[in-house]
Amino acid sequence: MNSVPRNWRLRQQRYRLVGEICESCGVRIFPPRDVCPECETMEQKEVAFSGRGEVYSYSTVYHPPRGFEEFAPYTVALVRLEEGPLVTAQLTDLDSEQVKIGMSVEMVTRRMQSGGEEGPIVYGYKFRPAIQPAAA
Amino acid sequence: MREVAVIGVGQTEVGEHWGVSLRHLALEAVQAAMADAGVVRADALYVGNMLSGELEGQEHLGALVADFAGLRGVEAFKIEAACGSGAAAVRMGYVAVAGGLADLVIVVGVEKMTDTLGPDTTAALAMAADADYEAAHGASFVTLNALVMRRYMHQYGYGHQDFAPFAVNAHQNALANPYAMFRFPVSSEKFRRARMISDPINLLDSSPICDGAAAVVLAPLGETRHQSMATVGIAASAVGTDTLAVHDRNDPLVLAGAELSSQRAYNAAGVRPADIDLFELHDAFTIMAALSLEAAGFADRGRGLALAADGEIGIEGRIPVTTMGGLKARGHPVGATGVYQIVEVVQQLRGLAGENQVPNARVGMAQNIGGSGATVITHILERI
Ligand SMILES: [Zn+2]
Repeated sequence: MNSVPRNWRLRQQRYRLVGEICESCGVRIFPPRDVCPECETMEQKEVAFSGRGEVYSYSTVYHPPRGFEEFAPYTVALVRLEEGPLVTAQLTDLDSEQVKIGMSVEMVTRRMQSGGEEGPIVYGYKFRPAIQPAAA
Repeated sequence: MREVAVIGVGQTEVGEHWGVSLRHLALEAVQAAMADAGVVRADALYVGNMLSGELEGQEHLGALVADFAGLRGVEAFKIEAACGSGAAAVRMGYVAVAGGLADLVIVVGVEKMTDTLGPDTTAALAMAADADYEAAHGASFVTLNALVMRRYMHQYGYGHQDFAPFAVNAHQNALANPYAMFRFPVSSEKFRRARMISDPINLLDSSPICDGAAAVVLAPLGETRHQSMATVGIAASAVGTDTLAVHDRNDPLVLAGAELSSQRAYNAAGVRPADIDLFELHDAFTIMAALSLEAAGFADRGRGLALAADGEIGIEGRIPVTTMGGLKARGHPVGATGVYQIVEVVQQLRGLAGENQVPNARVGMAQNIGGSGATVITHILERI
């Protein structure tokens, strides 16, 4: 399931956090979904999100699914992006005890999966504590 | 539309059945339900199952189970809606009988989860979530619920220990259920000290990985009366959906699909939450029990835990839940769970729930949830 084309199709989201703005109602959408969840039109324009946001919730994983054993324990968070949407991603560059709801984080590109013997190494977004505080 | 009755129920003990295959688990439940109904044939067989392809390398369960259950030739297929597969299959059986397309339908939910190693089972269960945007980031199904639970605690000011009553109640009720996986009590103290899975969710917040099968026989109400037992009719069968991903919900702390599903069921049955005598809810995790109570209208938002803390969820309480142990202690063989819930409501409405009998139970509700809230199937059953 961890195929090259499957990961390649998501490159704009994984590396640049490309989502959408609905030109009909103005809502910001991530992940992109073509049909607006607010107004059901298809008037979307692609836009790269800033990658800044804050922790909405988090959990440290002690029993990882197959493919993620090497990272355990690791912390998964729901991050509220400054544009509005929530995104599910791992936190990185910090100890799990340091995580707090509301802390400012920013997107970085990191290894998400090693792919084992034959699979692709997968890169994508994770979030680390913000070095610059989120723009006001 | 015709009215539909549940004329037979059957179940296997939930547990780790290393000596029994998926098809034989299904057979045992089907035969028990057919014997209970006193029927030897059927027009159709619907199989609720989530993970047979991923964990057993076996799809195409409809024809397989029909053949091995002695029903070769009948209409048969598998129905999948993640952890809601069982009730989804019951829903399809209801549709067939209510619509006049079949007079006798057998529905079996079956799951075999103990043949694989933990990380593989964990990865398979995560298929209920968004593969590209949740599972790909290492979020297990437990983790997604943990994210909701931590935010709920933060927003409403609860501690982890406040969730204990759901686990304590489920284990207490499982003690007298011979089909339950965990027939031992759990104390509040034991709950506090349990091993962490994905914080704040620990082992005793979570339902177990296990094997099991349960079955019901459906027929038009009135045409087929059980010889010796109270007749149980399906007063409502309703489905609501929501986003697959937790991050896409309007509010992660609200099960909007469960609100829709519950409301549709209440409207169809012409009842209100106050009319429900017992509620078999989907306590895959303690947080889901709290959110289900809120979505179904038994508690205001953020108040599901208060209901449990006040002792209102016990057998003698205002709204008894998980009366035979629930997902937590009876066990959660995912695609079978929704059918177990219906079987247990029927036991209660027939007055055959033994030590766990809810006094004067006349109207019971079962709610089965696929994923972290994306498919929600509600059935309201009534003693006629
Ligand atoms: Zn729009």
